[in-house]
Amino acid sequence: MEFPFLSIIVLSPIAAAIIILMMPKERGENARMLALATMLMSLILSGYMYVAYNQNLPEMGTRWADTLMFVEEHAWVPSIGVNYILGVDGMSATLVLLTAIVGLGGVMISWRIDDRPREFMAFFMLLVAGVQGVFTAVDGFLLFFFYELAVLPMYVMIVIWGWKVTREYAAMKLTLYLLIGSFISFIAFLVLYFTPVDGGAALRTFDLRIWSEANFPFAIQQIWFLPLFLGFAVLAGVWPLHNWSPDGHVAAPTAVSMIHAGVLMKLGAYASMRVGIQILPEGTVYWMPFIIFLTIINVIYGSLVAMRQRDMKYLIGYSSVSHMGLVTMGFAAMNSQGFLGAGIQMVSHGVMTALFFSVVGMIYDRAHTRNMDDLDGMSKPLAWLVVPFIIGGLVGMGMPGLSGFLAEFPIFLGVWRGGSLNLSGTIFGLNPANYYPIIAIISALGIIITAAYIMRAVGKVFFGEYQGDKWHDMRPLFALDKVALVMFSVILIVIGVFPSVIAPIVQSGMAPVVQRLNDAQHAANFLDTVQTAATNLFIWLGGA
Amino acid sequence: MSPNMTLSWVLALVPEIGLLVLLAVVLLYDRLIKPEERRRIGLVTAWGAFIILVAMIGLWIGTGEPNNATGIGESLLWGDMIRFDLAALVFRVMFLVALMLTALISLDVERLQKGEYYALLITGTIGFSLMAASADLIMVYVALETASISSYILAGFVTKEQRSSEAGMKYFVYGAFATGVMLYGMSLLYGLTAQTNLYVIGSMFLGAQGIPAEVNAVLLLAAVMIVVGFGFKISAVPFHFWTPDVYEGAPTPFTGFVSTASKAAGFAVFLRVFMAGVLGATGTPKDHPAMWWAMLVAMTIITMSLGNFVAIFQSNIKRMFAYSSIAQAGYLLIGLVTLSPDGSGATMFYLLMYIFTNIAAFGVIVIVSNRIGSDELKDFSGLSRRSPYLALVMLFALLSLSGIPPTAGFFGKFFLFRAAVDAGLWWLALIGILNAFVALYYYLSAVKYMYLYRSEEEDDPIPVSRGAKVGLAFSLFFILYLGIYAGPAFEWTREAATAFFALAG
Repeated sequence: MEFPFLSIIVLSPIAAAIIILMMPKERGENARMLALATMLMSLILSGYMYVAYNQNLPEMGTRWADTLMFVEEHAWVPSIGVNYILGVDGMSATLVLLTAIVGLGGVMISWRIDDRPREFMAFFMLLVAGVQGVFTAVDGFLLFFFYELAVLPMYVMIVIWGWKVTREYAAMKLTLYLLIGSFISFIAFLVLYFTPVDGGAALRTFDLRIWSEANFPFAIQQIWFLPLFLGFAVLAGVWPLHNWSPDGHVAAPTAVSMIHAGVLMKLGAYASMRVGIQILPEGTVYWMPFIIFLTIINVIYGSLVAMRQRDMKYLIGYSSVSHMGLVTMGFAAMNSQGFLGAGIQMVSHGVMTALFFSVVGMIYDRAHTRNMDDLDGMSKPLAWLVVPFIIGGLVGMGMPGLSGFLAEFPIFLGVWRGGSLNLSGTIFGLNPANYYPIIAIISALGIIITAAYIMRAVGKVFFGEYQGDKWHDMRPLFALDKVALVMFSVILIVIGVFPSVIAPIVQSGMAPVVQRLNDAQHAANFLDTVQTAATNLFIWLGGA
Repeated sequence: MSPNMTLSWVLALVPEIGLLVLLAVVLLYDRLIKPEERRRIGLVTAWGAFIILVAMIGLWIGTGEPNNATGIGESLLWGDMIRFDLAALVFRVMFLVALMLTALISLDVERLQKGEYYALLITGTIGFSLMAASADLIMVYVALETASISSYILAGFVTKEQRSSEAGMKYFVYGAFATGVMLYGMSLLYGLTAQTNLYVIGSMFLGAQGIPAEVNAVLLLAAVMIVVGFGFKISAVPFHFWTPDVYEGAPTPFTGFVSTASKAAGFAVFLRVFMAGVLGATGTPKDHPAMWWAMLVAMTIITMSLGNFVAIFQSNIKRMFAYSSIAQAGYLLIGLVTLSPDGSGATMFYLLMYIFTNIAAFGVIVIVSNRIGSDELKDFSGLSRRSPYLALVMLFALLSLSGIPPTAGFFGKFFLFRAAVDAGLWWLALIGILNAFVALYYYLSAVKYMYLYRSEEEDDPIPVSRGAKVGLAFSLFFILYLGIYAGPAFEWTREAATAFFALAG
């Protein structure tokens, strides 16, 4: 038997959580050390996995099932086709590494939590376990199981350690949004589970390797793609279902905000891609030209709202909505450029927001306010924060030489090229060829708004007159904080300067999905007849 | 139907015989011990239930009986009154576990440290146990009454308290009426067939082509009336009105017992009467839905929705749990209305996990309210600081009730919804899921009280006796075990559920 890398990465945080909960009350220090050790171990393992995968990249055109590495397979509830299968492809290996990094950063940042530190670390470990589980699950049921497992600690952590003003409201809202979304996806799961494929019997398995090659009837794809995709996309913050996200970001304690914006929102994007797009490609081709309108609203509206914010956390929260819109937009481009950009954007945005939230958390711990009108000249007492924050800002704007450029440029390119989509008919009375380039232009303009609000934040918070007597709690930064900041900044720069560390592996992970979509487009004879928007909608409603 | 008594005749009644012995032991023991050692009666009951449980499972493994291979004829024993099958075994396991856990959580409640209390719990369990096995309308009724009468007395057990007496009275009046209506339905069924044995009646309708319309109408009436009785037992809407008052007024450990064991017993007869053949043979939802089926579906939907929506507004934790248990009855009915072995198996699995979950929750309530003398939700503030252990048990119980992994409730709901989608009822699963979210709201509110809100008595820890600790740890273990490794248990209940469908083949 091979060394169970993935099981250790996924299950060791759970074990750590149980041990931490059983520790006596006084030993909060040990809880922290244990959490740190667990995260370090999972960073080392996932780093090793990442390198190993990078050295054995599958060739283009390999089936998705064959691109998986480190596969582990055990029976769970075999009689109904539920199995414990873990494995990583290029994309998920990258995201596992990202989670390990952000998780480690989270433990470092929350080193000085003093209210019930044991419970905090235990729930944090559960959260990380849930996230890692989703990224590595190759079984639909397992994916769902871990997805739910990740949402619950969020609730508890926001409610207990969150920002006093909004925590109850935000935590409840977040939990209900995410769980409703995921359960609606799950109904779609069950329907697919029982749907006969290719005129044969129903699959009656949750094995995604089998699902990723099954051809579900078009009628089913047409009806169930939306629930399946949007249910998970709630977590990716797709407009108009993004509402939970800024509130949740703001109310959460720093480490949770980091995991939340940095990794958890990727969970939504990843899951909607893995089960939504990959399993129902024809549904994707059918609906994506419609969904791209939602994503453009995400990008523009998100950054416009961010522009208006005074609270730094809300600002970053809405910027996340805007940037996650770009990920979904990359999916909607339905070509390899778009998916590559989306994949890199997930990583880049993950590190970037983790960086942002840690900076804001550090300021808030000392100034006890996040209002940008009150903060001034923070570069003086907290000089370490300036450069990382600006680096993060530049990433958000897509400055060449940083990871943001590498992510956003392919997305716009992909959407622009999406104009040549091989659709033989029209959708909703519109042909994607006509409006995809326009969307690319508009969303590229959205970057200018990003630049504006980042500049504004930097100017207001870090520069200007520093009033030393106003702040009574202005401590210097801790060493661990600095380590985390440097770690995040370095990653953003390295990705930007050496794209080869990430682009090939992400590309290899996305290739099978793109291949599925291409096949679906070639088979897209269902678009022969010209239909208007209204008839399409009626067909959908009637079918459901 | 062999006229000679064989070993299986005795095997079929092992738990009842054991419980009778235990009953005698408890009553004698109560007379023999000193008043200050009364706490031990509960321990004796718990140990007794545990020994019977182990003996029953040991005999099952040792003799290989009951199993699904035995034909209907051979498994009908004692003058065809009871059927000794896997389904009965699974339900009996549930009842014995419930009895054991209830005894453990009752230990430290001073006013319940009486022989009569435990004796009545035991007779109630005997009734439940017989209900699960009964294969004859008369037996169903007798067993149900045995269980009910014990329950009525237990609900009003604390005679000094007006609330408790009111609960007992309400439960009795309501119950007597519902059972009366049920009995009328049964007599209609008897009038149609001149038979009382469920399996004989079932085989009369099975495969019968073209039942005359007037017979069908009477059959429907009988079904409706029988549903009244069973609906009362499982507290399904619109027969749920007693639930909140009885739950609130009755002694709390007994509330835990009635919300789990009694509900499970209700489902046992419900499943047997409707699936085993009497009415189950009239059709599956896919081919020709019977009228009573449509009625049950409507009941399912209303039960879940009403229970959940009303629970949101409760400020008393016992009332909240009462409405929550109404809602849970709704989920459980989903498995029943799929009319499939898969669905019934899912219902049984859900009941199994519900026993652990709900008794764990009530155990915490008992211990806390025993200490603080109140069962208002707001008095649970700061529980996580007063007793992290109790708060943790409650947290997992609440998670399990709302169906979030890694708890048993997640799998419970998954199996139910899966069965529903399989039967083509994906919309019912959707309604169930939306309901689960409404439920999440109030379950999480309770979590908020325990973990977030502060109280002035935070420095006053709540002691937990060892017996109660063991009971809670046992429940918590199974909540998590069934939530992580649900496979074998589900296989077991599903296999057991096929016993209900023995007639249909």
